[in-house]
Amino acid sequence: MTQVPTAHDAPLLVADGVTLQYKTADHLVTATWRVGFDVFAGERFVVLGPSGCGKSTLLKAVAGFMQPVEGEIRLAGAPITRPGSDRMMVFQEFDQLLPWKTVLGNVMFPLLVNRRMARSEAEAHARELLAKVNLSRFEGVHPHMLSGGMKQRTAIARALAMEPKVLLMDEPFAALDALTRRKMQEELVALWEEVGFTVIFVTHSIEEALLVGSRILVLSPHPGRVKAELNAHHLGFESIGTPEFEALHRRIHDLLFTDRIETDLAPEAAHG
Amino acid sequence: MAELAVSAQPARALPPARPERVVTLDALGAVGDAARPLGPIERLANITLVRRLVVLVVLAVLWEGYARWNDNSLLFPSLTETLAAFWDAAARGPLIDRTLTSLGVLAMGYGVGLLVAAVFTTLAVSTRAGTDLLSTLTAMFNPLPAIALLPLALLWFGLGAKSLVFVIVHSVLWAVALNTHSGFTAVSPTLRMAGQNCGLKGLSFVLFLLVPAAFPSILTGLKIGWAFAWRTLIAAELVFGASSRSGGLGWFIFENRNSLETPSVFAGLLTVILIGLVVESVIFRTIENMTVRRWGMQS
Repeated sequence: MTQVPTAHDAPLLVADGVTLQYKTADHLVTATWRVGFDVFAGERFVVLGPSGCGKSTLLKAVAGFMQPVEGEIRLAGAPITRPGSDRMMVFQEFDQLLPWKTVLGNVMFPLLVNRRMARSEAEAHARELLAKVNLSRFEGVHPHMLSGGMKQRTAIARALAMEPKVLLMDEPFAALDALTRRKMQEELVALWEEVGFTVIFVTHSIEEALLVGSRILVLSPHPGRVKAELNAHHLGFESIGTPEFEALHRRIHDLLFTDRIETDLAPEAAHG
Repeated sequence: MAELAVSAQPARALPPARPERVVTLDALGAVGDAARPLGPIERLANITLVRRLVVLVVLAVLWEGYARWNDNSLLFPSLTETLAAFWDAAARGPLIDRTLTSLGVLAMGYGVGLLVAAVFTTLAVSTRAGTDLLSTLTAMFNPLPAIALLPLALLWFGLGAKSLVFVIVHSVLWAVALNTHSGFTAVSPTLRMAGQNCGLKGLSFVLFLLVPAAFPSILTGLKIGWAFAWRTLIAAELVFGASSRSGGLGWFIFENRNSLETPSVFAGLLTVILIGLVVESVIFRTIENMTVRRWGMQS
């Protein structure tokens, strides 16, 4: 489906030895430890790992909500220091939409805040995006009337309306039911084929990573370190159940769970 | 071991193996007819306003009945006498004037109170020292009835509107500041990040994200502040309305009590209640319907 970027293209986003720490009430937690990766334009870059691998924290750092204590994240060569609308984010939580604005108002909001275009122009642009995510009929509705999937589609439309350099998605479909989740995954890939954005997608589901991603960064937990970076651009929804799909699934599964097998199951393995 | 355990028990009855079935769906047909409209009386009973009116009518009948049986309009005038006095005071007497005076003072005190509350809350959201200051002041002054400050206010500002405004500010300020601030702190981290992500910062972040997101709490603060202010004002006017040449509603009540015009005292009280009802269930209800209810933010 995608071209593998050739090595002489400059990456769009570079994470260079990023160590992230945050404070809780009584601990200083190291979320990631010297994580490095490159994202090229047009990639669907998935950050995959179990809970506690700092993948959401990593995405927050890319969004500019926190600063690395070591290392640097650069977007098109410039270090990221603060939140900005060139890195629009779609969160997992449904309350990311402004409840006091309609669906259309939510999509127009960042366009107007950033004075990207005049109101009438922004309205037309927002309508266009809502048509792309099949929400045209609901543009006048307030978010509390929408289903979970519709809320996420609104958030995706709002993010894409800004035409960000990179779209950030933090487990956007994790709070949806299984059927809706699958549909949203398909829609996202279809939208990517139509619009051609760059996305960093955080998930803890191997299957979702294989379906949505073109390249997968596998992180280990406590703290997050890079375990592997794998290609999945050749896999799509039609490859579910094929030996190739299952093999990569297995491989990632083993990567993620080897540590545990070594520690928890070591005595039994000795028996066998 | 496992085999032994199984054979020791009587054989468990297995569910029968049944054929599968796949159904082709027909058109839904007459299902819609299963719902019938409610009868007219049931529908009337579902309207809150109607039910409340019924309660009011019952109370009015009880009042009128008791007053007539009691037959002592000096102590307990009947509803009709009260209404007549109300009409008389409104049309010819000073009632409207007095009410307007009260409302004017109230509006001034409420406005100043909101301004000061805005300053305090801005301080509290922007700095930690501000938060501590607001929390401490609120903890100190919120339990203190505003009317208790009236003697002090009279000492500082003398008899007149200034003292009234002072106590009203005190009664509005803490309720509004406390609710607004707790509303701000309750805004979810996701919504905050979404706002920053959209490009909001500084004052625009407060105005376009925090204020609307905290609006349910702010509105609660405004309502509590209004109720405090209205009561405090009437009480304060009862105490010293005499001095100012154009007294307010409280003074109207006090004056009529002194001249034993009990129906007019009742009429004054009725006015206090009516204004309370109008502000509460017309003004605030309308704001609520247009904002938090429409946004689905009513908890």
